[in-house]
Amino acid sequence: MLNGKEIVINAEPDQRVIDLLREDLGLTGAKEGCGAGECGACTILVDNESRLSCLMLAAQLEGKTITTIEGIAKEGEFHPLQEAFIEYGAVQCGFCTPGMILSAVDLLAKNPGPTREEIKEGMSGNLCRCTGYQKIVDSVEMAVSKMGKKGRQ
Amino acid sequence: MSDVLLPKNLHEVWKIFDKSSETLVYAGGTDLLVKLASSRVPHSTPNVLVCLENIEELRNIRETDGRVRIGACVTHSRLLSHPLIRDNFPVLPKALRLLGSPPVRNMGTLGGNICTASPAGDALPALYLLDAELEISSQKGSRFIPIGQFIKGPGYAELQSGEILIAIWLDKNNDYTIHHFEKVGQRNALAISIASMAALIKLSSEGIVEKIRLAWGSVAPTIALSSEVETVLIGKPLSQVVLNEARPLLNQAISPIDDIRAKAEYRRTVAANLLIRLSRYNGHDKV
Ligand SMILES: Cc1cc2nc3c(=O)[nH]c(=O)nc-3n(C[C@H](O)[C@H](O)[C@H](O)COP(=O)(O)OP(=O)(O)OC[C@H]3O[C@@H](n4cnc5c(N)ncnc54)[C@H](O)[C@@H]3O)c2cc1C
Ligand code: FES
Ligand code: FES
Repeated sequence: MLNGKEIVINAEPDQRVIDLLREDLGLTGAKEGCGAGECGACTILVDNESRLSCLMLAAQLEGKTITTIEGIAKEGEFHPLQEAFIEYGAVQCGFCTPGMILSAVDLLAKNPGPTREEIKEGMSGNLCRCTGYQKIVDSVEMAVSKMGKKGRQ
Repeated sequence: MSDVLLPKNLHEVWKIFDKSSETLVYAGGTDLLVKLASSRVPHSTPNVLVCLENIEELRNIRETDGRVRIGACVTHSRLLSHPLIRDNFPVLPKALRLLGSPPVRNMGTLGGNICTASPAGDALPALYLLDAELEISSQKGSRFIPIGQFIKGPGYAELQSGEILIAIWLDKNNDYTIHHFEKVGQRNALAISIASMAALIKLSSEGIVEKIRLAWGSVAPTIALSSEVETVLIGKPLSQVVLNEARPLLNQAISPIDDIRAKAEYRRTVAANLLIRLSRYNGHDKV
């Protein structure tokens, strides 16, 4: 399952997942920053948990549910995290954004009401060279409060 | 090019080992795939990579007869949220919380941290103190070995060809009231330690050390123990003065080296400070 659709992938078993996504499947949202697990730009969700696609091989995806940033918006509507990132200026060059948002999705799934400290900790595997993180943490906080309100309605 | 196989049970693993001579196993891949990418793997690229992450038996945590069995491929994230671990071995989650980053903890496994055998492996000091016993299996059967005998040197664990680590066993009955782990790195997240220390301590109601065990990371070729320091602290309070007096004994117990992250002398200073910082528990018998 890739972004909600059942698919069959033909790939070399030892191809890195980041290359499979970007080059073979045309999903260029995940970025390669370091290729060594340190920057988080290549984050994807595998069975709803954040993982680094630069440290996974294609064969590992068999039978798994994969979500990339391209699969986060639902029915043409942005995810509240995406809206908040845009609204609060948490995107500058955008290189880190897909990974940041997917890490935040994972964090909120495990902890729907994180404190600011918990947000920082939850996003600590994602590096951003542009924003200084303040606005990213703000955006996640805003998305949390919006999603909470929606949940209560 | 290598083939990548994902066996579903141990029987399939043994069949793969039978058929192919050049295999390399991995679990989360957070150590191995980084090394492969920078081609720092001892042998050339192996013919067959065997990923163990789909083997159910290696992925669960269960309790039998007062012992907890952790499958080798249980991830750090899973350990952090598991009540058996949190309630019985708090020193382990205290260390794992500081390992890598959330996605690294979602992928990386306890077995991988052990088999990598890095002196900086953050789970290792806690596992030494908890007297972890390792279950190693091959097609021929299983053997059990204490973690301290399994890890022989930096990057060198005592695994024969055809063997894999199956599980980590921990005894539940420890009566230590303080479970402590502290690591010093270059920054908070994603930092390999410059020095780290795990401690298990039991204080009397008057704040006197009844039992204490210490294990040190990144200050020797493998995890360092310091029984002389432990002996001298028994029967005393954890005051700064007492801890300071134990410094020379700690210096004898460790043998740090210079590397890209820190100089040996600096590691000695950091280790001594980690020891002295135990004074925060002076008179406070709490986890
Ligand atoms: C960005 C980044 C940050 C990191 N930060 C830290 C940190 O702060 N502290 C720390 O301690 N580590 C850190 N690591 C290292 C790594 O994440 C951990 O050591 C992790 O526990 C390794 O587990 P794994 O399952 O991913 O190992 P793998 O890479 O899958 O395997 C590691 C080694 O063990 C062998 N192996 C694995 N499982 C078995 C088994 N069951 N039987 C036999 N052999 C086996 C493999 O052959 C390989 O040689 C970091 C890694 C990255 C990429
Ligand atoms: S590219 Fe994967 S973590 Fe940097
Ligand atoms: S917006 Fe440029 S790296 Fe984060």
